[in-house]
Amino acid sequence: MSAVGNSVPRKDGIGKATGAARYADDIVLPGMLHGRTIRSTIPRGRVRSITLDFDTTGFTIVDYHDVPDRNVVDLIAQDQPFLVEKEIRHMAEPILLLAHEDKETLNAARVTIEYDEDTPLFDPEQSTQFFKTITIAKGDAAAALSRADIIVEGTYRTGHQEHIYIEPNGVIAELEEGGVTIHGSVQCPFYVIKAVRCLLGPSRPVRVIQTETGGGFGGKEEYPSMLAGHAAMLALKSGRPVKMIYDRTEDMVATTKRHPSIVTHRTGLTRDGRLVAMDVEVLMDGGAYVTLSPVVLSRGCIHAAGPYRCDNISIRGRVVFTNTPPNGAFRGFGAPQTEFAVEVHMDRIAETLGMDPVSLRRINALRPGDTTATGQTLRADSSAHQVLEEAVRRTDFTRKRTEYLGSNRAIGLALFYHGAGFTGAGEKNLKSTARLVLTPTGVRIAVGSTEIGQGTRTMHAQIVTDALGIPYEDVEVAQPDTARVADSGPTVASRTCMVVGKILEECALEMRDTLGGLAPKEYYARHGSITVERMYQPPDWIQWNDDTYEGDAYATYGWGCDVAELEVDPDTFEVRPVKLTAVQEFGRPIHPALARGQIEGGTVQGLGYALLERVVMKHGAMANAQLTNYTIPTTLDTPEIDVVMLSNPYPGGPFGAKGLGELPMDGPAPAVVNALRHLKFDVREIPATPELLAAAPTLA
Amino acid sequence: MNFVLNGVSTDVAAHPMTRLLDVLREECGLTGTKEGCGEGECGACTVLVNGEPVCSCIVPVVQVTGAEVLTIEGLGGTHPLQELFMSEVGAQCGICTPGMILTALTLSEAPTLDEVKTALAGNLCRCTGYSAIYRAVMKWRGTGHA
Repeated sequence: MSAVGNSVPRKDGIGKATGAARYADDIVLPGMLHGRTIRSTIPRGRVRSITLDFDTTGFTIVDYHDVPDRNVVDLIAQDQPFLVEKEIRHMAEPILLLAHEDKETLNAARVTIEYDEDTPLFDPEQSTQFFKTITIAKGDAAAALSRADIIVEGTYRTGHQEHIYIEPNGVIAELEEGGVTIHGSVQCPFYVIKAVRCLLGPSRPVRVIQTETGGGFGGKEEYPSMLAGHAAMLALKSGRPVKMIYDRTEDMVATTKRHPSIVTHRTGLTRDGRLVAMDVEVLMDGGAYVTLSPVVLSRGCIHAAGPYRCDNISIRGRVVFTNTPPNGAFRGFGAPQTEFAVEVHMDRIAETLGMDPVSLRRINALRPGDTTATGQTLRADSSAHQVLEEAVRRTDFTRKRTEYLGSNRAIGLALFYHGAGFTGAGEKNLKSTARLVLTPTGVRIAVGSTEIGQGTRTMHAQIVTDALGIPYEDVEVAQPDTARVADSGPTVASRTCMVVGKILEECALEMRDTLGGLAPKEYYARHGSITVERMYQPPDWIQWNDDTYEGDAYATYGWGCDVAELEVDPDTFEVRPVKLTAVQEFGRPIHPALARGQIEGGTVQGLGYALLERVVMKHGAMANAQLTNYTIPTTLDTPEIDVVMLSNPYPGGPFGAKGLGELPMDGPAPAVVNALRHLKFDVREIPATPELLAAAPTLA
Repeated sequence: MNFVLNGVSTDVAAHPMTRLLDVLREECGLTGTKEGCGEGECGACTVLVNGEPVCSCIVPVVQVTGAEVLTIEGLGGTHPLQELFMSEVGAQCGICTPGMILTALTLSEAPTLDEVKTALAGNLCRCTGYSAIYRAVMKWRGTGHA
């Protein structure tokens, strides 16, 4: 039996179910101190004075003067300090670090900070400071709009979304061999290395070991670099290990969130429903520092025209500065925002034309051979029509769409796609490597890709098992430890299976050649260990121009069609989802049960985004930073999820697999809002809370 | 203070108002009980006190004096529900899993799916969308009925 394609036992073992799995907060090192962050309580201004209102005996205290080398979190830009020097740009910005061996004493310490306050900027529409602008131009949208039979316009808004990994951010720093070792809940150990090296300078070695990680969803992509730097500074100054674990409120107030967006569409059509011009303006609120905003905007803009064919497209995007905590990576990375807008807009177009939503999409959905907004010619592994037809058939959509009229039940759909891997030349520039090591008992996978719940260990082991032709049990997976594994790139962008899995497949094939028919154990006994390391080679046909945003934005795309069925309480405006159907094509599943778990989990996260998850910002800080009043779906908020996995292998992926992790996030919000439109609520914003529905105009 | 922890009479020295969660994790060294929110909303820190699921982050240790406390460690490693949570992928990142399993243990003999959902409503999971958790629990001893 092959491992790939079967739901083999997971490499995680039983530890997660027995409590034996070790997360950051479960680790206690001898002599360890606890660390705490003192943060700004104003959104904009300058620090005038800091007064320590506590007995400092036994405390380690760090401010920006203690920064060993450079006070910047090294990411795309180098604008964000680890610790405020003078200028404050957002609420909860770190100013001072304290450590003490007793948590209670630590938490009781009071610090008074006086400020010179400036007027903060909160409204992204008023911001004139752009972190990044992007223009995508295909054909001549302005000319085509002037010739269109019909023009439909609309503006769509999405709010912040908080990741709510159930394990908050946490790391431990300890001194080791003249440098610092970080143990932590991280998605991207090598991002942490880069940032902490910049902070500590070239003379101090930095090592990062990923602990078991209680969820990420993008929230542990870039933020842990900040936290690791803080713990490292406290460890260096105290000479002792330092643990820093955020509580839930600190995690919600201080760490990144999904970028809020405002997207405006102006679309020209022929009378029979053919898209002839799409003009799209994308605005994202980046918050106070650049973090990953340029790349989030990029992915958002590339997906902004939706999975539709149109010869004349103009997309103009900007991500701007505001005095709010920086927004960052979150599953989907800009695409859920822009695909929400285009999919709700498509249903409004259908209304305007007097057409049903399925027919409009049948006319316009991309097919192999069509070109996307960036001019990419789609290949055979494109499935917009297949997922649409399967979703319509399986849900009996057309019949229900008529039958539900006049009742308090409704049905809506959304068609979507998601580019897998880094954008454009990103994978080429990243130069990811993977390593396979022959051991006395088999082989060991040594990559920096992290298991954060999605099944990395298992899926990689399956690929190596089949490519090498050895028993699954003989493949082990190393814990990501930057001293011992290859830098396979960050665990983000739906790339861990498709890209890192592909390198591992190639490593395994090369090793298979070397083994020359011997089993790994036999070869090891005769010749000793061997190591195979290879670098990722993207498909040679990829052409991308980062200046003009033209070309092959992604090597391939996953495709999905979600159908939401729901009811609305006519008195309270509460929405009760009845069923969500998620039809998705992502090449092929390596591990069907894990893949299904990604779709179910992503779909429910999307459902929360659609209906429940509202971040209330007051004076630049999240006011509802608790799970009591920032609510994510519970069992009782979650309807039946019907998952359909269609197959359409991608030749460049391991065993035909594409990326999957983010795709399920794109569809639920527009499907839900389109179902609300079916109930005559003119909603153009999420989350669609009861308050929003009560105030929404009613459609004719 | 004394309570029965996983079947063993246990004395603890902590201040009576210390959170049960902290006593379990720090004084007793049982780190299988996880902290997710610290305010009794997420259920990651669920333990059974006299058979009832409670959030150990909002229970002062004095309240369990004389009681029987069961944590995930008390199940050993061979409970069928533990194995089913892994094989059915009811655990992804695993941080909610100990609490989820302990809550599920309080279900009646042959629960319906609706009963499972109601029982688990106080345990948040961000990874699975719950479906795989239902599959694990229903396979363990569910009726198969909605």
